[in-house]
Amino acid sequence: MRALDPEAGLADRISEICADHAHLEGPLLPILHAVQDELGSLSEAVIAPIAEALNISRAEVHGVISFYHDFRTEPAGRHILKICRAEACQAMGATALAETAKARLGVDWHGTTGNGAVTLEPVYCLGLCACGPAAMVDDRVVGRVDAGRLEDLLVEAGA
Amino acid sequence: MKDFIIPWTDDRDLGTPAKAGPPVTLTIDGFEVTVPEGTSVMRASALAGIEVPKLCATDNVEAFGSCRLCVVEIEGRRGTPASCTTPVSPGMVVHTHSDKVRKIRKGVMELYISDHPLDCLTCAANGDCELQDMAGAVGLRDVRYEGTENHFAVRQNGEANPRYVPKDESNPYFTYDPAKCIVCSRCVRACEEVQGTFALTIEGSGFDSRVSFGARSDDALASDCVSCGACVQACPTATLQEKSVIELGTPERSVITTCAYCGVGCSFKAEMRGDTVVRMTPYKHGKANRGHSCVKGRFAWGYASHRDRILNPMIRDSIDQPWREVSWDEAIGFAAGRLQDIQAKYGKRAIGGITSSRCTNEETFLVQKMIRAVFGNNNTDTCARVCHSPTGYGLKTTFGTSAGTQDFDSVEQTDVVIVIGANPTDGHPVFASRLKKRLRAGAKLIVIDPRRIDLVKSPHIKAAHHLPLRPGTNVAVMSAIAHVVVTEGLFDEAFIRDRCDWDEFQDYATFISDPRHSPEATEMLTGVPADEVRGAARLFATGGNGAIHYGLGVTEHSQGSTTVMSIANLAMMTGNIGRPGVGVNPLRGQNNVQGSCDMGSFPHELPGYRHVSDDATRAIFDDLWGVTLDSEPGLRIPNMLDGAVDGTFKGIYVQGEDILQSDPDTHHVAAGLAAMDCVIVHDLFLNETANYAHVFLPGSTFLEKDGTFTNAERRINRVRKVMQPRNGYADWEVTMLLANAMGAGWTYTHPSQVMDEIAATTPSFANVSYELLEERGSVQWPCNEAHPDGSPIMHVDGFVRGKGQFIVTEYIPTDERTGPRFPLLLTTGRILSQYNVGAQTRRTANVVWHEEDVLEIHPQDAENRGIKQGDWVKLASRTGETSLRAEITDRVSPGVVYTTFHHPDTQANVITTDYSDWATNCPEYKVTAVQIGLSNGPTRWQEEYSDQAARSRRIIPAAE
Ligand code: SF4
Ligand code: SF4
Ligand code: SF4
Ligand code: FES
Ligand code: FES
Repeated sequence: MRALDPEAGLADRISEICADHAHLEGPLLPILHAVQDELGSLSEAVIAPIAEALNISRAEVHGVISFYHDFRTEPAGRHILKICRAEACQAMGATALAETAKARLGVDWHGTTGNGAVTLEPVYCLGLCACGPAAMVDDRVVGRVDAGRLEDLLVEAGA
Repeated sequence: MKDFIIPWTDDRDLGTPAKAGPPVTLTIDGFEVTVPEGTSVMRASALAGIEVPKLCATDNVEAFGSCRLCVVEIEGRRGTPASCTTPVSPGMVVHTHSDKVRKIRKGVMELYISDHPLDCLTCAANGDCELQDMAGAVGLRDVRYEGTENHFAVRQNGEANPRYVPKDESNPYFTYDPAKCIVCSRCVRACEEVQGTFALTIEGSGFDSRVSFGARSDDALASDCVSCGACVQACPTATLQEKSVIELGTPERSVITTCAYCGVGCSFKAEMRGDTVVRMTPYKHGKANRGHSCVKGRFAWGYASHRDRILNPMIRDSIDQPWREVSWDEAIGFAAGRLQDIQAKYGKRAIGGITSSRCTNEETFLVQKMIRAVFGNNNTDTCARVCHSPTGYGLKTTFGTSAGTQDFDSVEQTDVVIVIGANPTDGHPVFASRLKKRLRAGAKLIVIDPRRIDLVKSPHIKAAHHLPLRPGTNVAVMSAIAHVVVTEGLFDEAFIRDRCDWDEFQDYATFISDPRHSPEATEMLTGVPADEVRGAARLFATGGNGAIHYGLGVTEHSQGSTTVMSIANLAMMTGNIGRPGVGVNPLRGQNNVQGSCDMGSFPHELPGYRHVSDDATRAIFDDLWGVTLDSEPGLRIPNMLDGAVDGTFKGIYVQGEDILQSDPDTHHVAAGLAAMDCVIVHDLFLNETANYAHVFLPGSTFLEKDGTFTNAERRINRVRKVMQPRNGYADWEVTMLLANAMGAGWTYTHPSQVMDEIAATTPSFANVSYELLEERGSVQWPCNEAHPDGSPIMHVDGFVRGKGQFIVTEYIPTDERTGPRFPLLLTTGRILSQYNVGAQTRRTANVVWHEEDVLEIHPQDAENRGIKQGDWVKLASRTGETSLRAEITDRVSPGVVYTTFHHPDTQANVITTDYSDWATNCPEYKVTAVQIGLSNGPTRWQEEYSDQAARSRRIIPAAE
């Protein structure tokens, strides 16, 4: 059947990624991260080849993907803004900051702006508890994010 | 498991699975109780008669400890441990009902109930819901939490509730209603641990978590679910619920009986309301199935009330006339009269009969008794000929008994399994689940099959070796394996010296060591890489307890008997006979193939496999029956048909078989039947054979009669009547009516009397009686003076025949060969949701899984011929042709095509040949040289055939 599969290219690439991780003790999480890094998200099409490679069921792969907030099933925007929702930051007004961000972007958690620029994600502690509220844009962590700083970050990201 | 503690009728849910271990004594609420080490506190309490409230635990899956309802206090331990996950320890003192735990439980229940719709009165599980029971058990009186968010309200605060997920009704037999789910994961664990399919998962996390079939966009039908019902059985609420219960209400009583589909012989509770079956649930103390089931036994029993079922007897003078409905008296009188006229004109031997592998032992015994004692000849045969007669012959020759050597429990102690020519996940699903469980625990698997069956690789299961041999080369592959075992010195010399004849083995060893049997020498022929064969042989010989399971892919060949003997040889030379975990096990096709063979269905054998020429055996029956039995073997089915064509065989009584569809070479069968003066078909439906019949006697289903079936492990299971026969008579009564109309004078009033007669005449059944079965649930023959408790494992202290016999097994290629005109090999099999020729399963909702037979073709062969997925293809052999749709898949090797034969429209047997096993005439279904090509629809034969069938099925109802 595989030869007739229109997703064959994708499936082959995923099989390669799986093979690269085959030696690991619990290979599923690293594989999911690697696939998401490469493809940007874990659409349903990736489930079957991963299940096949690890000889587990599609349901199991789906269960794991849906359990972790880190995995996304829709493609993300060009930039990802993460706002800390853990206790220290909450005490410093992170909830209000998040509401501002949602209103400004017109999205809820995990949503992506209409122009595909920014995806908003919650995060639980970035290790910057001393200078909350904390946020992260792509790989860069930012402390003491107030409304002004947030706006700067968003403009920079093209939102 | 702990049968000595629980009588076999107690099927309470003890919360966690039974364990085996040294005894441990503890005190629970002041009562002392002793249980095996490893047992949970919950189970120990239940055994002591104290039920600890629980939600996420059930005794057919391991405990999970998520609901916290089962907490207890244990003296000297801090906190309140969950009793389901806490193992007992010696001297432990447990309190299950302290104030502290009562309070915790109430709190837990309150939380559950705050996210549960309170529509108990109209819920399908009302009265059969553990959540309801537990709310009562913990004394829940009010719910303080006002759930701000919930999963059950369709709309909330005037808006659609984003957490609400509507019911999934895609499975024809059960529904999934997420609104009622308490996320206990019992279903997920049942699918994984019991069934082994892993179709379910918990998706999401925290409050968002819920059960999911497959991935997000799947529904139950689109997922990997095989509809075994294990999750439905495990679900404590109405979330997973049988549609029959939704429609009919909860059952009020239940009767233990046996599935009438396959040779696993699962025990079921027929749960009833009045005389209506509400549902069939697998019976936990059933020793073949241990509480598991497959879609057929669990759900596919609706055929019993299908509108196609014929309930009135019918006759006609010739087969071109329409049927006439008549009274039982008239039909029986007509049939008896015709049979007697034939005998008067053409002699005693001009008539005969076919027994059924679907009917009970008692019914089969009576049919062969009628033929031998009333017809006065031995013209009895059975369709087991079309499947397992080589088993009888091969195992009798080598070991001394015509049956498998183990019970199904044995698989739990197996280390290496060979599955050859069988597809257990489809043909014997409950056995497959038990096997898969063992494989997940580390046992190794070798699959010898032309096709990549599901066992080769499916979630958490992977065969160590798959030998995809060319159809028809079983003996060559088995010889190559034996060659490796012998030449590499891997055989078990001590066992052979002790149990077999060493000199005989020497002869065999010399034969098999010849280099022409080596894997390298046979690779070209079999298509199996030599190193795979060597690997498999070494694994089997050195991997611990080795068991061999085989099916029709072994027997339905021109060398079927030879392959059975080569399997027996391999088991003996590796010392794998006579203890748990090893053995040779045929997977019997139909529910009572074993029983119908045991009961003397064959023309040369009286009940108990004793030859008709044996004077002493005949004397037993002569005395009891007051007749003189014919000492000449009678005719086999093919000979009866030949006789019919020649004009010497004129009448046949066929009980519960569709010989036209299940026998090879349909044209020949049709010609034979058409030439007879009296064809009597006794069946539920107007089957294909009935198109050629003069008398139709309506049959009864397994729900409508008492009796016994004998499964593949020789287990005699009771079939119990749960309703009156809708056709008026149980099948054994119909046979008695016919026999009596021909002067028999039988006076049976209950099948137990027939069993007493079987016991009185057949040594291996000597101690079997309905009283014994009532007491034990079931028993495995031999059951007699020497084995009063029956025999789970055979040949324990020595082979039944004395010394095990090694037989030289020369590979002789079948006469059926591929050539330029017919370059491909066709092999046939079955699929899970359908059964045999499909007469029953086609009349149930199982058709959603298999609407028609398709032809599996390797992509390469398809491409060469320009065939695409779903195209109509013509399948032609030297004997005929038929058309069906193409399924392009690399499950089959290049050069091999595969199909099933569940639907009469396909008539796959039109193209199989009349070659057969050299020893037993078992037809060669599994190898036919064919050619395929594009076509534009059904062939002329298919169309003519369906015309003829439609014409011959016309019925004129009796005048009211
Ligand atoms: S019916 Fe059987 S296979 Fe299907 S989800 Fe339930 S347990 Fe799994
Ligand atoms: S469907 Fe039933 S068994 Fe499965 S998690 Fe929900 S309540 Fe439990
Ligand atoms: S495995 Fe066989 S005996 Fe058991 S339920 Fe299925 S068809 Fe019936
Ligand atoms: S709590 Fe926000 S960074 Fe740690
Ligand atoms: S029953 Fe023990 S934690 Fe659920």
